[in-house]
Amino acid sequence: MEKSEIKGFIAKRCAKELKNGDVVNLGIGLPTMIPRYLPEGVELVIHAELGIVGAGATPHEGDANFDPYHVVDAGGNPASVAFDGGFIDSATNFGLIRGGHVDACFLGALEVDAMGNLANWIIPGKKMPGMGGAMDLCVGAKKCIVCMEHTAKGNPKILEKCRLPLTASHCVNKIITEMCVLEVTKDGLLMTEINPEFTVEDVKAATAAPITVAENLKSMVD
Amino acid sequence: MAKKPVITAKEAAAMIPEGATIMCGGFLACGQARAIVKELVASGKGGFTLIANDMARAVGPMGEEFFGIAELIHNKQVKRVIATHVGMTPEVGQQNTEGTLEVNLIPQGTLAECIRAAGAGLGGVLTPVGVDTLVEESPFCMGKQTIDGKEYLLMKPIHADVALLGTYKCDETGNCWYKGTMRNFNPVMATAADLVIAETEYVVPVGEIEPENIHTFGMCVDYIVEGERK
Repeated sequence: MEKSEIKGFIAKRCAKELKNGDVVNLGIGLPTMIPRYLPEGVELVIHAELGIVGAGATPHEGDANFDPYHVVDAGGNPASVAFDGGFIDSATNFGLIRGGHVDACFLGALEVDAMGNLANWIIPGKKMPGMGGAMDLCVGAKKCIVCMEHTAKGNPKILEKCRLPLTASHCVNKIITEMCVLEVTKDGLLMTEINPEFTVEDVKAATAAPITVAENLKSMVD
Repeated sequence: MAKKPVITAKEAAAMIPEGATIMCGGFLACGQARAIVKELVASGKGGFTLIANDMARAVGPMGEEFFGIAELIHNKQVKRVIATHVGMTPEVGQQNTEGTLEVNLIPQGTLAECIRAAGAGLGGVLTPVGVDTLVEESPFCMGKQTIDGKEYLLMKPIHADVALLGTYKCDETGNCWYKGTMRNFNPVMATAADLVIAETEYVVPVGEIEPENIHTFGMCVDYIVEGERK
């Protein structure tokens, strides 16, 4: 698989996790590509932590709803509200998140481990961007799905135990990469799907945690 | 009808003493009292503690130099930051590494709720967010509690000397309405500081904001500042 195809491939597989009407929070980067691949008939309520329930498409300069001083996304870029969406304050909004009213959050990881622990907010001594809303989302969303490239510069990001400070413990339900789909179970990682471009041995070699292969292992590709 | 004084941004900045703890509404300075912040920068006063979601932006949406409280950071007028995310203002990380700026990071929902608690007369917040993370070591974390078998962190209320609100419309009695995503932390901050100043794009007559749509009540607002219209 070409490097340029990887993110789209992962986002496309992520889109299959969703059903019509799901309330979904998408992290920065790859997760924001997921709506491009939604199956026909599936419309999401996009939840944005800075205060939109039901975000719309990104507006551009000249659009009637382009308002970069009053309607922005969590990256500070112009955003919009959907026809049936609305604006909300931070305390109420995070009440919705913690209270389990968000069906799924998709986010990237620096490290994720066999117990569903996630580290994605700090590299001590190097970077301290902050956790923003990530900890709340990982704890509060009904499903927490990590979507990322399987390795970083060839080094495994899926580990037996995270080494970096955690974002949240025991929060990840599923890991979707360009190589496979892993479910986090109480017995560890269960590979349920594989990209036919790779072998089970390839996946195991790129993963620093034990993987159990599902009896009915499926292809990630239709 | 108790009208609230409408003052200039400069007069507002003059009310804020050196070393004050200041809450600033705004998310990347959307919904931030940017005119008052500009005057705080010009005042040269320092030693501030800033409580805000983030430290705003070094570059504004249309290329402006500085947008919101980032300028206070760059001007080295801040000694402590309490925020959820400072990745958009690398200067924060740099001053922290140099040892001149204390940074306390708190999850976004927890920050909102700790401020809400202070404004709502509560002694703390029990939240599952942050369990098994560095948040347990935060100066705002008072320990863990187990309730019905589930672990929670006990977080302290967060109060400030001053809250600066960034609103779109504010009527003469201080009732506020926020446009779009300006609302964010502003309504809770309006309840959790000794002095509350609402900067607004438009001062409007009472009644223009429908009673059902008042986001922050004038009872929480001490002064009004007319800022820049965008």
